[in-house]
Amino acid sequence: MDKRGRLSKFGAGLTSAASSAIAILVGLAVGFIILLATNPGQAVRGLGVIVSGGFNGGMKGLGQVLYYATPLILTGLSVGFCFKTGLFNIGSSGQLIVGAFAGIWVGANAAPWIPAPLLWLAALLAATLAGAAWGAIPGLFKSLLNVHEVIACIMCNYIGMYGVNFLIKNSNVYDPLKNQTIDMTRAAIPKAGLDRIFFSLKGRFLDASSVNGGIFIALALAIATSVVLDRTVFGYELKACGLNRFASRYAGINEKRGIFLSLAIAGGLSGAAGGLMYLAPAGGLRINVIETLAAQGFNGIPVALLGLSNPIGIIFSALFVAYIEQGGYYLQRLEYMPEIINIIIAVIIYFSAFALLMRQAVGAARSRLARRSGKRARGREAGRA
Amino acid sequence: MLYMNNNHDGFIIEMLGITKDFPGIRANDGITLRLRRGEIHALLGENGAGKSTLMGALFGLYKPDEGVILKNGKPVTISSPNAANALGIGMAHQHFKLVHNFTALENIVMGVETTRMGLLRTDQARRQVMALSERYGLKIDPDARIEDCAVGTQQRVEILKMLYRQNEILIFDEPTAALTPRETGELARVMKELAAEGKSILFITHKLGEIKQTARRCTVLRKGRSVGTLLVADTSIETLSEMMVGRRVDLNIQKSPARPTASPLISVERLTVRSKQRQKPLLNDVSFEVRGGEIVCVAGVDGNGQRELAYALAGLIPADSGRIFLCGKDVTRMTARSRNTLGLSHIPEDRQRYGLVLDYTLEENLALKSYFRHPFQRRGFLSFTAMRGHAERLTRDFDIRAAQGPVTRARNLSGGNQQKAIIAREMSELPNALIAVQPTRGLDVGAIEYIHKRLLAERDAGKAILLVTLDLDEALIMSDRIYVIYEGSLTACFEGGKATARELGLYMAGSGNVG
Repeated sequence: MDKRGRLSKFGAGLTSAASSAIAILVGLAVGFIILLATNPGQAVRGLGVIVSGGFNGGMKGLGQVLYYATPLILTGLSVGFCFKTGLFNIGSSGQLIVGAFAGIWVGANAAPWIPAPLLWLAALLAATLAGAAWGAIPGLFKSLLNVHEVIACIMCNYIGMYGVNFLIKNSNVYDPLKNQTIDMTRAAIPKAGLDRIFFSLKGRFLDASSVNGGIFIALALAIATSVVLDRTVFGYELKACGLNRFASRYAGINEKRGIFLSLAIAGGLSGAAGGLMYLAPAGGLRINVIETLAAQGFNGIPVALLGLSNPIGIIFSALFVAYIEQGGYYLQRLEYMPEIINIIIAVIIYFSAFALLMRQAVGAARSRLARRSGKRARGREAGRA
Repeated sequence: MLYMNNNHDGFIIEMLGITKDFPGIRANDGITLRLRRGEIHALLGENGAGKSTLMGALFGLYKPDEGVILKNGKPVTISSPNAANALGIGMAHQHFKLVHNFTALENIVMGVETTRMGLLRTDQARRQVMALSERYGLKIDPDARIEDCAVGTQQRVEILKMLYRQNEILIFDEPTAALTPRETGELARVMKELAAEGKSILFITHKLGEIKQTARRCTVLRKGRSVGTLLVADTSIETLSEMMVGRRVDLNIQKSPARPTASPLISVERLTVRSKQRQKPLLNDVSFEVRGGEIVCVAGVDGNGQRELAYALAGLIPADSGRIFLCGKDVTRMTARSRNTLGLSHIPEDRQRYGLVLDYTLEENLALKSYFRHPFQRRGFLSFTAMRGHAERLTRDFDIRAAQGPVTRARNLSGGNQQKAIIAREMSELPNALIAVQPTRGLDVGAIEYIHKRLLAERDAGKAILLVTLDLDEALIMSDRIYVIYEGSLTACFEGGKATARELGLYMAGSGNVG
């Protein structure tokens, strides 16, 4: 790439980062207003707790940030990938839970056929494939019957959630005492040494965080997604379909195939999120058999928006959302009701997702600045002459 | 400041010393333009000379970096199209700003709807619009959706939109680019009528003949600067074109006799295309062939099936019956991609909808038909180095002017340069057969001359060229054979050189001797 191209790319990146940062500040400001409104005496301390986020809990807190960011990176990628191709994948939640169940089931039942050290990998693969299959359903409906993907995705969310609840209760992965899935000790994702870094001491006991090697897998998938979108022929086709389907049809791109594959890939990413979430050792998350859609799926939407659908941006926005959520967790120490905390965290995330709006403003400001400095330079030249 | 002492009598709009910078380019450089009340003032310039930017400043789309705009001698700030409308300034855009899934009537009244108790009342608006349509001979179907309307109709909707808002200053941005000769004549009549009623008209165009016909004065722009304003009556067409391009232009093209190959490269047998809603076929039992080494033209008034013919040939819409052969192969059921690989290139009518991915860069757009082939693809990965080289070669060969070179977004190219980019891409594909739909729409004389020469060179290299055009002059100078299309059927066929504009015009209007 020549100098001009690189500079303009760098400039665009700078604009994007600045706009996300401003969006976050606006979100925090609005969150502060709610803190003030609900409990004025503790508002300043409360904001401090939120901003300190994962740091509240020392190294364990930071580890928890990484653990909760892992599925968010993947659901963010899932939604962002579809945004890039002109689709709205609101079905991440269903894909995640279907993937999670497939992963847990394989983890619990495939032991006789698969050597123990590879069991987690097989389970994760199963989760990814099941998620992909679940994402492929709206993909098929859209490409063959022109059913809008939002409708099909929402339907699949509920079918997935109730279906998985039913399957858990009727399979050997159910723990009826806790009304949740059993512990995944044999198929748990390796800790990759992270538990030796992210822990707190409670007296003489190690209080390790649930973070595991899954974060590395999520990071690798983000980089892979970025490469696919920006460097491959496949990504070029998908983005062309998203930006102008008439022109891509004219160029001979198979749009229907693109829609199908795009939703299947997005489903795979969400399924992997489910796998990484629930294939955790003791102390990690379990699927609770309740009639609620998985929040991580929906949080993928603000994560993708805040990251402007850019895979690398999504890594940071997922870390931010997980960090703020940890801040909310520790906000319980002050006298805030859990509901209020949820509202505050939701508001911050919600406003942060306005990054796209900020981007226009920042872009305009940058070009104004550039013009002004250009004028000054011309003035200096004229002065010299 | 200088202009403060000037006499403002008779000038309704004065744009003084307008300067506008875009990243990497100064689009307007101290341009002064003064519009008299009740005159038709032409604005002439090459593609990318800054005409649209200057008019954008007047219509509130861009804020000029320097300069003042006066209306009736008083400085005004025009911050948005709404502000422009409030000042009585209306604009018919080159790329129409219409809502595609609204009807013509809805588009015209949009923003100034009459309501009663919050409910939309269209009957009164409908009467007014139809009265205007009648009065100026601007024929529209008020209930047709814009996406189903031909380009010429969309144009008329844009003009009615201005008239309905009772604007007194009308900007026409290349209004005739999509019109037939008859429609152009009609428009000239409408514009003169409006001017006689006291409306002031700014008329952007490349077509010198139209300036001679309609305008009183003309301001010529070149590379963002004003070359001068002159009285049209005292100036010859040759002088105008020289002022615009900065060199002499050969308006008469030299053409050698065609040496067609024996077998046809494009062959169409009894092709019929029906629309989904209407019974009447859009394309009715059409048969013709194009041999290598000849240019065959399909001439007709816009909306008579040309669009469907081109799209059916390119594989973008299915044929209901009949067969299409390309290089001897039956491609009727083949995808667009396999037709392209057989050597079919297509310069589409709608360059922003079909021709380009506007948010892709110039280099990405120039590879739109070949990104999947070597050297752009290597093991599934794109080679940006190859794309850059390709783009640099084409921008040089076809003189595509892009502010940031190959990495410029297609959206930021001027209309003419977008067209040049499409033509460059389609010709660089080394096609066997080329469908060119209005290839010179919106281009300046210099570029038209170049495109015509390229088309002839392709013809002489043995390629089959199907030229679909609304421009009679283009049809007459370029073609070896001309078919007239009327209401979906080919109604006449003329061998090259044997047709006259008058005869063609009669057949295009449906009043020739059919058969």
